[in-house]
Amino acid sequence: MYGFGSAARCRNPTDPAVQSVNPESTLSVEVWRGAETGTFQTYSVPRRLNQTILDVVTEIQREQDPTLSYRFACRVGMCGSCAMVVNGRPRWTCRTRVSEAATADGALRLEPLRNFAIVKDLAVEMTAFFDKWRDAHGSFEPGRTPPADFAVVPPATPARQAADEAIECIGCGICYAACDVVAWDRDYLGPAALNRAWTLVNDVRDTAREARLAAVAGDSGCQCCHTHMSCTSFCPKGIAPTYSIAGLKRAVLRQALKGGRR
Amino acid sequence: MTPMLFLVQRLSAAVLAIAVAVHLATILYAIRGGLTAGEILARTHGNLAFFAFYALFVTAVAFHAPIGLRNIIREWTPWRGGSLDAALAAFAVMLLVLGFRAVFAVYAA
Repeated sequence: MYGFGSAARCRNPTDPAVQSVNPESTLSVEVWRGAETGTFQTYSVPRRLNQTILDVVTEIQREQDPTLSYRFACRVGMCGSCAMVVNGRPRWTCRTRVSEAATADGALRLEPLRNFAIVKDLAVEMTAFFDKWRDAHGSFEPGRTPPADFAVVPPATPARQAADEAIECIGCGICYAACDVVAWDRDYLGPAALNRAWTLVNDVRDTAREARLAAVAGDSGCQCCHTHMSCTSFCPKGIAPTYSIAGLKRAVLRQALKGGRR
Repeated sequence: MTPMLFLVQRLSAAVLAIAVAVHLATILYAIRGGLTAGEILARTHGNLAFFAFYALFVTAVAFHAPIGLRNIIREWTPWRGGSLDAALAAFAVMLLVLGFRAVFAVYAA
């Protein structure tokens, strides 16, 4: 289980702790090389002002070792593709500065996300992760016939607010990597898929509420959550999947008492 | 865990939280004055309140323990499916039988 701590969020660039970088100093970066079996390889990388973990990995790949594999796209915290385990914590590397993740003596250890199969080095296979979104009915179901008019969803309604709180997920997989239940039970749908299901359960336009609640009510569904809150602790977007799952537990139970999946 | 198992486990946990506390408090109170087992049994024999309390206690245990054990087995081993459920149903029956045997011993033996 990862230790609890604040999620990796971008610090203010004017923060003196961020600015005070000795231009002569270097980082000692251990990087996982291989797949399920492999070893850590150590690289020395110059320390730079406002340097992110993704900057470090990119510098290694472009200047020192072009065989290093990793994944990124947007570099601005939108695409969710650059997540890795940095010094034992799952983080989005494009918006994690070295100054907040490295040890005092400038050491970094970079590993692929836990609970995912490793493709190579820092790149993980995310198929199982997104298959669980599908299994949790994580896509909007508009119904067979289009509605006669636009749905009016007042922002102040409880359902809309519940959906709003959970909607900003970027699918980075950090919560899935942080979840101990996923580590124990590979069939468990996981916090991201269940969080997505919760947003749709609260979408008044959606027509598949019962099927979705049945999908998340199984033996590997929402009731498996132990409420460790690792997902909530590490989510870089500040989402609380634990509370989404708690909402699903209540909704599923109400559905079961009404004669739904038991 | 299915919704009904989840509900039964939470309800039985709520019963057990009270029942265990009452059970421990009663033990501490009963032996405070140095009562023997025979003297305690003499007080519980024929007492319907004791019978009802321990019948509820044993029933809650018989539901709660197998469901919890099922979760642990599913998380820590690859054992799944009907054989697991059958084994834990048998475990529940065993707890009920042994438990009610003790309840009758307290009430009527």
